[in-house]
Amino acid sequence: MTGITEEATKDGARIGAPSIEGFTEEGESLSPTPVVTGPLGGAASKSHSHGGGYGIPDSSRAGRLTSYRLADFPELKGTEEEWRFTPLRRLGGLHKDALDGAAPAVVVEAPESVRVETVGRDDSRVGSAGIPEDRVSANAWAHFADATVVTIPAGAELEERISVNLTGAGLAASAQHVVIVAEEGARAVVVLNHEGQAVVSENVEIVVGDRADLTLVTLQEWTDDSIHVSSQQVKVGREAKIKHVSVSLGGSLVRLTPTVRFAEPGGEAQVFGLYFADAGQHLEHRTFVDHAQPNCISNVLFKGALQGKDAHTVWVGDVLIQKQAEGTDSYEKNQNLVLTDGCRADSVPNLEIETGLIAGAGHASATGRFDDEHLFYLMARGIPEDVARRLVVRGFLHEIIQKIGVPSIEEHLVEAVERELEAGDN
Amino acid sequence: MSTLEIKDLHVSIETEQGVKEILKGVTLTVKTGETHAIMGPNGSGKSTLASTIAGHPRYTVTSGTITLDGEDVLAMSVDERARAGLFLAMQYPVEVPGVTMTNFLRTAKTAIDGKAPAIRTWTKEVKEAMAQLRIDADFAQRNVNEGFSGGEKKRVEILQLELFKPKFAVLDETDSGLDVDALKVVSEGVNRAQAEGNMGTLLITHYTRILRYIKPEFVHVFVDGKIAEQGGPELADRLEEEGYDRYLAGAGSAVQASI
Ligand SMILES: Nc1ncnc2c1ncn2[C@@H]1O[C@H](COP(=O)(O)OP(=O)(O)OP(=O)(O)O)[C@@H](O)[C@H]1O
Ligand SMILES: [Mg+2]
Repeated sequence: MTGITEEATKDGARIGAPSIEGFTEEGESLSPTPVVTGPLGGAASKSHSHGGGYGIPDSSRAGRLTSYRLADFPELKGTEEEWRFTPLRRLGGLHKDALDGAAPAVVVEAPESVRVETVGRDDSRVGSAGIPEDRVSANAWAHFADATVVTIPAGAELEERISVNLTGAGLAASAQHVVIVAEEGARAVVVLNHEGQAVVSENVEIVVGDRADLTLVTLQEWTDDSIHVSSQQVKVGREAKIKHVSVSLGGSLVRLTPTVRFAEPGGEAQVFGLYFADAGQHLEHRTFVDHAQPNCISNVLFKGALQGKDAHTVWVGDVLIQKQAEGTDSYEKNQNLVLTDGCRADSVPNLEIETGLIAGAGHASATGRFDDEHLFYLMARGIPEDVARRLVVRGFLHEIIQKIGVPSIEEHLVEAVERELEAGDN
Repeated sequence: MSTLEIKDLHVSIETEQGVKEILKGVTLTVKTGETHAIMGPNGSGKSTLASTIAGHPRYTVTSGTITLDGEDVLAMSVDERARAGLFLAMQYPVEVPGVTMTNFLRTAKTAIDGKAPAIRTWTKEVKEAMAQLRIDADFAQRNVNEGFSGGEKKRVEILQLELFKPKFAVLDETDSGLDVDALKVVSEGVNRAQAEGNMGTLLITHYTRILRYIKPEFVHVFVDGKIAEQGGPELADRLEEEGYDRYLAGAGSAVQASI
């Protein structure tokens, strides 16, 4: 009967860690010196070799291999740091097969002023926000047929949200590519609705122009047998804002890697996530915030609930504060609520700090069981056990839902969480 | 008129050293309109009695009975007991993350009454009850007991007592940790509930201070898991002066050790 135990540090000790030589802004070159990670990141920060591509092994997040070429990534063994929690058997071949199945159909609902295009691989906007950071992402890059590009023109302030509906229709392994561009000063809300049945590796590039303000919500509500691996890379311009919200509810295996890179000073990133894993589901989220520029703010908050046998969730939160990123203010937190026996929640915050001249850096990770004492208190007030359980879960996840700031999505999610809870009752 | 009847109650708990008997034959009857004070040294089993009445799973009843108007309380689940009209104001109220007071109070009231309260009158009732207990209005939006001070938690327990209108209230050291003003405010809350004429009270306390505000008809002295003596209000005054030494001399060494 333990309550929610919280490990939180407002970082002090790690400030002023040795700087890393040989950094570039893209973080592609490698660091010969050891870096410091958060206390829970011990195992996660062990050095490992990428073998191909750029060469030498490195423990820093910044040193991770990035390449457009699939051949640069060695085949996966499952022991690699970034794959150690993922059951490769359940990837549906996304890491090794040719992804030539039909990708989920894309339908975009958007106001007139928004440009929606289907473009070829050679379009200049493809590759504008990211380079694949792992083999599954590179495999999608090697195989996608065409890309959907959604552009919110400079200065547009959209009240109406943009929906990008991606609907799968089968289990043939496929590749998808989406590019979202919020041009300078634009303000918009974009929702990626992932629905239907699919086995898909997806790359989403998100360009937030200078002083733009973009909210991007990615909803994963696939069928129970679907497999979805999605690399979502956000490039944040000068004094621009991104709110990136991941919501993973449906799918056999969902693995999302949202990466935020500050390309110019003064940016602000809020990276939120909510997941609810039922029996047998594997829901994995790996966030990376790359403070490559001074005076940027980032706040990462992921909350997850787990219920049922072999429900497994993973959150790994990497934050890198580079030497030049003075004035950074960053915080990341993951909280999990375990509702039944037989669930597993992995939670690993990793903080690397290369300059002492920051406003703040902290992280927290807490995994609590829905506690017998909580239950007793609520039941002693006449509330039946199942109602008590729902009350607590709703409350727990509501913190994220209310941060989304889009009422129609908030309502939708409240209903979706209710459905998850009902599913767990029988 | 209701009756809560406890007969020859024996209760044990599982400890690392094995099963330990804590209540060793408690017999006590409380009727609507009555107030019973239970006093006794630390570790004598007062909270155990309170938690057993409420049905906390840690406590195992090995023999004896608890009935409410003849109904077997021990056969009821925790929530059924509350719906049957039993209320425990806890010595250490639990913080429940993620659930606002407003949501919690409405959910509990709905469960107890078997139907949702009419929104408008309910909101007004909650507001008024909070004001009378000098609980700040913004507590309604905070999570249940989260970050509340010791005294604030106790007020919130009494707030629930007033709103849920139980047949019997067990108050486990509701007076501990209260400043003088709070003690008065909280006592008034209990007296208001009692004055409605449909409630009996079991008041566990260490101090006669609260008995200046809440007047018990009966005082029971709890020692080593049993009632060692019963009397009227004058017994409380004597305890204040003499302490528990008189009882402890005859009690088992376990009690000595636990003080
Ligand atoms: N989980 C436990 N493990 C071991 N002993 C326990 C446990 N819970 C209760 N006890 C013991 O049971 C006895 C009765 O405890 P109880 O809390 O009922 O006493 P109390 O009369 O309420 O004391 P106080 O006046 O300090 O509140 C004590 O000796 C206590 O140590
Ligand atoms: Mg006690």
